[in-house]
Amino acid sequence: MRAFTQHDGLVAPMDRANVDTDLMVPKQFLKSIKRSGFGPNLFDELRYLDEGIPDADSSSRPLNPDFPLNFPRYQNASILLARENFGCGSSREHAAWALADDGFCCVIAPSFADIFRSNAFKNGILPIEFSSEQVDMLFGMMYETEGFRLVVDLVANTVTLPDGDVWSFEVDTFRRDCLLKGLDDVGITLQSTDAISAFEAEHAQRFPWLFEDVVL
Amino acid sequence: MAQTLYDKLWNAHLVEQRDDGTSLIYIDRHLIHEVTSAQAFEGLSLAGRAPWRRSANLAVPDHNVSTLRTERIAGLAALPDPVSRIQLQTLDDNCKAFDIAKIPLNDLRQGIVHVMGPEQGAVLPGMTVVCGDSHTSTHGALGALAHGIGTSEVEHVLATQCLIQKKMKNFKVEVSGRLQAGVSAKDLALAIIAHIGTSGGTGYALEFAGEAVEALTMEGRMTLCNMAIEAGARCGLVAVDDVTLAYVRGKPLAPKEAHWAAAESWWKTLHSDAGAHFDRTVEIAGSSVRPQVTWGTSPEMVTSIDGRVPRLTDMPDETARQGLKRALEYMGLEEGMAITDIQPDAVFIGSCTNSRIEDLRAAAAVLKGRRISSGIKKALVVAGSGLVKAQAEAEGLDQIFLEAGMEWREPGCSMCLAMNADRLEPGERCASTSNRNFEGRQGSGGRTHLVSPAMAAAAAVMGRFVPVEALETLSPSSGGGA
Repeated sequence: MRAFTQHDGLVAPMDRANVDTDLMVPKQFLKSIKRSGFGPNLFDELRYLDEGIPDADSSSRPLNPDFPLNFPRYQNASILLARENFGCGSSREHAAWALADDGFCCVIAPSFADIFRSNAFKNGILPIEFSSEQVDMLFGMMYETEGFRLVVDLVANTVTLPDGDVWSFEVDTFRRDCLLKGLDDVGITLQSTDAISAFEAEHAQRFPWLFEDVVL
Repeated sequence: MAQTLYDKLWNAHLVEQRDDGTSLIYIDRHLIHEVTSAQAFEGLSLAGRAPWRRSANLAVPDHNVSTLRTERIAGLAALPDPVSRIQLQTLDDNCKAFDIAKIPLNDLRQGIVHVMGPEQGAVLPGMTVVCGDSHTSTHGALGALAHGIGTSEVEHVLATQCLIQKKMKNFKVEVSGRLQAGVSAKDLALAIIAHIGTSGGTGYALEFAGEAVEALTMEGRMTLCNMAIEAGARCGLVAVDDVTLAYVRGKPLAPKEAHWAAAESWWKTLHSDAGAHFDRTVEIAGSSVRPQVTWGTSPEMVTSIDGRVPRLTDMPDETARQGLKRALEYMGLEEGMAITDIQPDAVFIGSCTNSRIEDLRAAAAVLKGRRISSGIKKALVVAGSGLVKAQAEAEGLDQIFLEAGMEWREPGCSMCLAMNADRLEPGERCASTSNRNFEGRQGSGGRTHLVSPAMAAAAAVMGRFVPVEALETLSPSSGGGA
């Protein structure tokens, strides 16, 4: 996983509450057995005027001119500004893969759904929670100012606004550590192999029926 | 100290806990399907790792399978969509390569992973259960701690038999009294979501308790816990009682006689102690719950059958007004219109929420001797598993559906998420027993109204949403709304 320390990026809007992962990556793309290449299909049904086909080239498809992420001013954005309960619904990690593949490394919202939050961290995407009032202010400033950028500093746990204002945010210390160092979970957990084995032996003593082979 | 059910399950599976609360939780059962596993197996291969405990895993194809009898008989090689074929073949290949038990496509036991798991006894009370599917919350109905996980976590569980978690908070929904006739677990689930919202359960383990929950069958409890994720809660829970024990006994993978007594004595402790601390509690009177119908594009956009679509002036703020405006536009509805004036043109009875035998019985009871309305262009009944399908056929339910003018399909996730060919056309409006009414969920441009099986059947007969308990008085003849 790529490390996240500081990031200075252009901000783009997803100005609606309860953005679900079906909306982020529609079901037909879930047929893929790959974990890359989902970027062009992020928000596929909103982004294009035609229906998306898995594994097809999206570069010549008709873009929806009314969808903000297609506006010239938001091209190459890397910070997504969103509303409450972002990433609700399906556990599909394709949503996080698509965001990362499309160049986003940070989402700012008043709240995130649990599974999406977890998937985001595992793919080098930092979910930042600010209050609804703060998010409202950011939307206001972003709409007013073309080229609105933020500087996200995970070392200091701060976001710096263009006017120099510095806002602090809270982030899970373990997840922060993983992001800062670009560590993947499996490697970390396997450092606890002895503890897992010891637990497992005791667990098997206590609940032997859980350790019988699955014979179909 | 008094513990909640969640506390007990957490403590029994806690491998280690770091100072910041980040913990390793041991996973007893890992259910696998074709859509979220391929990339995890690939990761495992690339790292040269083997599954930590092979026998903890059980796989079944469900999300992307055809539900057409002709296509099923012809087998995987004949599946017309090559992309789907590769995905299903990849599950087969991975299970072979890693020696993981798999129920094949045309096995009688094949079905939606969350129907198959409890049915086989692959999920038991007191277990930790994970699956790369958010509706894994379903298994909490058995008093198991069951999380939906992403694909990175699927790989993590395969490699380490553990999940990295922070303990969630405890949330109890207490439903007093009894549900009225015609009101099901699905209605209760939607009423709870109406009350706490789609993010009300975020960060919590959501335990359902109270007389109305205790009175539910296992099928009903599974429906309720299934929808916990639509309230934002990664897992739902119901305490173990005699209903649970009676359900588990005799299931193929349930503990053998030698272990049964020990298992039962542990399972009987799986309830929240009197005086256990809940971070949040909500009380709902069971008798107040009416049949529910969603009108919008989020499960919290729901009201009772007697209700109306909200008006823009009812909304508290601008984001909510914009959300309502967009939902009404997408759904093709007018603000303030009566729910009973909404006319579906498709009906879907199925999904991990409502495809168990009790659900099919409830729908068949309404449809018996009736025909679906001429306004209904598409009507699918998709049993949750081969075993549910066989049971329904033994009871003659398939004939009731067929005589009513509906299609009787092979088991799978089908039109709940429309990955296969079962989908709505743009603008089509569906009375659906599934769990999500998101934009495009059942097909690009499709419009979903979430309801119970009985309510879907009643809507099929009348061509509009009606209170199921009033169907007798509304239905002019056995010919239905034709």
